[in-house]
Amino acid sequence: MRRLIFQEIQDLIIGSLGIVVFLSFFVGGVVSIQTALNIDGPFIPKNLVGFATRQSMVLEFAPTFMSIILAGKVGSFITSSIGTMRVTEQIDALEVMGINSLNYLVFPKIIAMLLLPLVINISMFLGILGGYAATIYGGFSSTADFIEGIQLSFQPFHVVYAFIKTLIFALVLATIPSYHGYFMKGGALDVGKAATVAFVWTSVVIIVLNYIVTQLLLT
Amino acid sequence: MIELQNITKSFDGREVLKGISMAFEAGKTNLIIGQSGSGKTVLLKCLLGLHKPDGGKMIFNGQVLNEMDDTASRTLRREMGMVFQGSALFDSMTVLENVMFPMQMLTKKKESVIREAAEEVIERVNLIDAHHKLPAELSGGMQKRVAIARAVVMKPKYLFCDEPNSGLDPKTAIVIDNLIREITRENNITTVINSHDMNSVMEIGDTILFLKDGIKAWEGSKELIFKTDNEAITDFVYSSNLMKKVKEVYQ
Repeated sequence: MRRLIFQEIQDLIIGSLGIVVFLSFFVGGVVSIQTALNIDGPFIPKNLVGFATRQSMVLEFAPTFMSIILAGKVGSFITSSIGTMRVTEQIDALEVMGINSLNYLVFPKIIAMLLLPLVINISMFLGILGGYAATIYGGFSSTADFIEGIQLSFQPFHVVYAFIKTLIFALVLATIPSYHGYFMKGGALDVGKAATVAFVWTSVVIIVLNYIVTQLLLT
Repeated sequence: MIELQNITKSFDGREVLKGISMAFEAGKTNLIIGQSGSGKTVLLKCLLGLHKPDGGKMIFNGQVLNEMDDTASRTLRREMGMVFQGSALFDSMTVLENVMFPMQMLTKKKESVIREAAEEVIERVNLIDAHHKLPAELSGGMQKRVAIARAVVMKPKYLFCDEPNSGLDPKTAIVIDNLIREITRENNITTVINSHDMNSVMEIGDTILFLKDGIKAWEGSKELIFKTDNEAITDFVYSSNLMKKVKEVYQ
């Protein structure tokens, strides 16, 4: 089981780092540019660019939108890999051997996905770094203003809130695609359909849970 | 020994198995034959515990599989080996890993002992040079042999094969049939094979159960097939010109 968990960490977490790094850095950059271009006024402090970038990345982009992006990458991988095992009778083979196939296939994925907050942490950091780079190289603000902005009115609970909802999304990311893969019926074409349905449902559930968790924790 | 007593199974109100009774003996290759849709696969899946029959009893050496709870049936299943129609090998594992897998999951033996047992079985199915290959790198016949190796590595009491030589050329099919028969006899396994291949029937059919529309239409041995007057089995067996000629020669 330990070997399986490490394999899943490799496939689901480490394998997702590339896209997370790339997207976070550039989205952070775009958020800071958009903010800088839309708050241009003599009474608006320049540190607002850093502040808005930090808030966007920490509260929403890293935990929620990165989870939705991972629903596409990780979720479709989970559904298609389990679905293919169903179609090719590999799950039946596990059952005949006397192995609890649901536990064997899904449990390591749930454990691996519990490391998602680490990925989201990286996403937050790189998003803010991307925002900083875009701000400085675009000439929208100074380093001092940006640093001041990302420290402005910082509430550690916002990070805790982001990690709490990331953990909830991690469970959603591991279980909904697994369900659609495990209980799928049909052939190769249906594996693709199951992956699409799993992505849609995972995204919907993440968005709804995001609303509920935000309502519960921040209001 | 496996004994079936009046097994029935329906799906959505359609009766697929209509009171099948049969005894499959140890050390023999028992074949279930019949046309597509006759209920062979459903019966095999019932025997494996993948479907639960609606009625009747499936008795494995005195233990009634379909009256057991999940834990007990899982324990009994550990005495079963299965060769699936499509081999059902784990894509991401090599041949050796596939064969080692059941022992790694179900026993607490040392890795070296498991490896030794797996290598022994792989050698038995003549795949010693294919240890480190992935299933995708193997031919259909080799995949079937790996599936047989994986099925017998735990030294099962019962071996089930679903169309073990479908998609194989006649020569390779005979190799697979003979391998199954030899392993069955060497280890005194109760082997049940699902097939509609008459070559297999004539090659290894110690006991044959013929299903037609979910009913046991005939049972006997390969020797009796040419002597029977049962219309259902003769229709099935002599549907090809080749078998008609075989009968002429035989008679």
